[in-house]
Amino acid sequence: MPKDHGIGASSKRREDVRFLTGTGNYTDDINARGQAYVHFLRSDVAHGRITNIDTTAASEMPGVVRIFTGADFEGIGSIPCGWQVTDRFGEVMHEPPHPVLAQGKVRHVGDPIAAIVADTLAEARDAAEAIELDIEELPAVVNMKDALKDDAPKVHDDLPGNLCYDWGFVEENREAVDKAIKEAAHVTTLELVNNRLIANPMEPRVALGEYNRANDESTLYTTSQNPHVIRLLMGAFVLGIPEHKLRVVAPDVGGGFGTKIFHYAEEAFCTFAARQLARPVKWTSTRSEAFMSDAHGRDHVTKIELALDKDNNFVALRTDTLANMGAYLSTFAPSVPTWLHGTLMAGNYKTPLIYVNVKAVFTNTVPVDAYRGAGRPEATYQLERVVDKAARELGVDPIALRRQNFITEFPYQTPVAVEYDTGDYPATMDKLEEIADIAGFAARRKESEAKGRLRGLGVNCYIEACGIAPSNLVGQLGARAGLYESATVRVNATGSISVMTGSHSHGQGHETAFPQVVAEMLGIPEDQIDIVHGDTARVPMGMGTYGSRSLAVGGSAMVRATEKIINKAKKIASHLMEASEADIELKDGQFTVAGTDKSVAWGDVTLAAYVPHNYPLEDIEPGLEETAFYDPSNFTYPSGAYACEVELDPETGRVTIERFSAADDFGNIINPMIVSGQVHGGIAQGVGQALMEGCVYDENGQLLSASYMDYAMPRADDVPFYSVDHSCVTPCTHNPLGVKGCGEAGAIGSPPAVINAVVDAMQSGGHDVTHIDMPASPSRVWAAMNG
Amino acid sequence: MAKVEMTVNGKSVSGEVEGRTLLVEFIRGKLELTGTHVGCDTSQCGACLVHVNGQAVKSCTMFAAEAEGAEVTTIEGITGKDGSLTAVQQAFQDYHGLQCGFCTPGMVMSATALLKDNPKPSEAEIREYLKGNICRCTGYHNIVKAIMAASGQDVGAIAAE
Ligand code: FES
Ligand code: FES
Repeated sequence: MPKDHGIGASSKRREDVRFLTGTGNYTDDINARGQAYVHFLRSDVAHGRITNIDTTAASEMPGVVRIFTGADFEGIGSIPCGWQVTDRFGEVMHEPPHPVLAQGKVRHVGDPIAAIVADTLAEARDAAEAIELDIEELPAVVNMKDALKDDAPKVHDDLPGNLCYDWGFVEENREAVDKAIKEAAHVTTLELVNNRLIANPMEPRVALGEYNRANDESTLYTTSQNPHVIRLLMGAFVLGIPEHKLRVVAPDVGGGFGTKIFHYAEEAFCTFAARQLARPVKWTSTRSEAFMSDAHGRDHVTKIELALDKDNNFVALRTDTLANMGAYLSTFAPSVPTWLHGTLMAGNYKTPLIYVNVKAVFTNTVPVDAYRGAGRPEATYQLERVVDKAARELGVDPIALRRQNFITEFPYQTPVAVEYDTGDYPATMDKLEEIADIAGFAARRKESEAKGRLRGLGVNCYIEACGIAPSNLVGQLGARAGLYESATVRVNATGSISVMTGSHSHGQGHETAFPQVVAEMLGIPEDQIDIVHGDTARVPMGMGTYGSRSLAVGGSAMVRATEKIINKAKKIASHLMEASEADIELKDGQFTVAGTDKSVAWGDVTLAAYVPHNYPLEDIEPGLEETAFYDPSNFTYPSGAYACEVELDPETGRVTIERFSAADDFGNIINPMIVSGQVHGGIAQGVGQALMEGCVYDENGQLLSASYMDYAMPRADDVPFYSVDHSCVTPCTHNPLGVKGCGEAGAIGSPPAVINAVVDAMQSGGHDVTHIDMPASPSRVWAAMNG
Repeated sequence: MAKVEMTVNGKSVSGEVEGRTLLVEFIRGKLELTGTHVGCDTSQCGACLVHVNGQAVKSCTMFAAEAEGAEVTTIEGITGKDGSLTAVQQAFQDYHGLQCGFCTPGMVMSATALLKDNPKPSEAEIREYLKGNICRCTGYHNIVKAIMAASGQDVGAIAAE
């Protein structure tokens, strides 16, 4: 029988009721009394020098409160970058300034130049038309290879060659890897593009700044995955507002997928302008603005070489990647192609020698940063594509080649710095073969062929690293933040509980899943427990939600705080029952004295804590509230195996997904329903990347895919029902729940499965095609087959 | 500015609007019914979907003035006065048909309109009908499943959870 409450139950989501009845509270639903609206005048050229900006006439327009330009931000901090990468020569990366409003130069289409604050949004937009603006257009650089040439246009005037850093990992392995590849029995080489994507959470970004002159306090409501991080970055580095005078609230947030981690200029602007004008200032992004101002994702160009010995064992791996940073460094951009990518290049395989080189490049495009998976999908895609290609070159079964090279003993120290604690890769592959009915594929292919279609099967594995930590290690790697999480468990007098967590839910269902854990530990009903998140005034500290870290890190902090609660409650119970503390047991919400029938209820103990008449005041304080900070000792390593079956119409090149199966090992599971939902959503995003989505710039830096007319989002009829399974469980060994994280797996594991399937389909039709770049659109597929 | 009058969720409402004011702006701004969302500016996403005279309409594609005299129903209007959920709403919760909830009001209004015209739609019909509603979170699996369940179809055979 599946459980109906606590850990392992598919508890229905309590947050759904407000979302289903239209009573959610998203940032744009919040309006402050007397608020003004800001419209940003953005650059329509990719690169240029501002030679004149005159706001006199525009300032006279009806309703205009004030127009701000770059000049108003001289002396104000630059939008900071949160990660400093050190290159192969020991030099720190180039970190050019990123002004809130353009100072002298614009560097990408969408770069904000002026901010028009007016009584209504329509008036702000009208006034923008009246600003006199002259921009001397400069040659733009869009393509990364071009950008690295000595004579390329300079995105930042003091940086010839546009190179942010040249990173090598592990640098000491470089020569050994080169030698092993030279001497190998077989080397498979693949050049590929990890296409640039736009995250597109359905809720566009919003910022509402408020200022209270009476106590000098600023409040920012914003669509963020991590309000405390925004408070720190904006308060300390941009505007100089100390934490106790700055409140950041991220209420209901309509999806994030990474792009709402970062600190954006619009947040700083609204907070700044509200202080200047002593009036609330609100910005709501349009979707068109989102395309040119939300950080983009991926955009790697890679050459990967896999060396095998004569028995098909992997002996060495070398990769060379160009990673697009866009025009400025977004908050965590430098970490994505380096520490979140290079450390994953071992994948599920015991390749003994690995070398990863990454050159990060500035271009006249929107900044690029973490998008669902962040570095790990890029690692997985190239590795799983090259393994597949190797299997085809060697004429061996791709599944068998993978199995032969699987890591099977744990803990396993990879040659790329990380140590996997647990996993069982053959088990997830077995499970996949079962749920995907791999054995039945040949028959299904025949059926497709009878209809004039080609059918392909693509299989791949993935490994992820979630809950990046510990803080002292990531500090050495260049992180300018800690990566712990905090939780405060506040037990009220009547026994109900508020858990203040630094994790943030923007679709992940924390309000349901987190109480399941506490309810299990205390033996009380889930509905007595509420989660508080997303407000720096209500939650003491937090690092937020990204990198599939909430349960593994935030949940662990909550467990530690709850353990402290239990310890104290047992002391109180032992006093109430005049028994030794060591004999007290807590079960189903009752404290009992072992071996007796003496008991007191949870509510009796919590009441005693706040009405301490009969209470050991000499030993412990009244009250029942505990805080814990949890800093993990290692990453967690979810893994899995995915299979995709496609049908390909050779007449049109159109590919349809016929079956998609995912067998994941997420360690222990708190709420299986929510976990499946996370995998479904990730798969759809991965299928979108593989077949449909692509951010396209022309050679002048104009963004061509700037609306849903031009950027193909997966829709309901582009995907099938998925078959997902997470019954293979190897619990994480170093966090108290044994959990690993499931938020990004679907987006990591699915693109290679789809492309492996497309290649398989093309080859089954006799086409000598060994690779196709994403998105494998009908025109690309057709062209690949028809040369 | 001109005056517009309409019935929204059974109540007659009126307000001064500019010619360019969209129906969705009127609903969210003037009426403070913030359950109807705005997810795009090209009529592609369906987050703003409401019913106008019984038809599913993207409220960002219509001026408020064009709704003069119309009967408009928003997500707030289909929920029972006591907060009870309709069969569609309940199925979305039961089958985890939503994550961040941003597309959800539009999805529910869309699904409700579909089931009125086609009480037992097939999987393919549901997917075809939902083409105008984008969800970035769920991968559509549980949305389609929820709508099938809401129409009384057995979804037990569809992959777990
Ligand atoms: S807001 Fe109306 S379709 Fe997107
Ligand atoms: S639930 Fe988030 S967009 Fe659909």
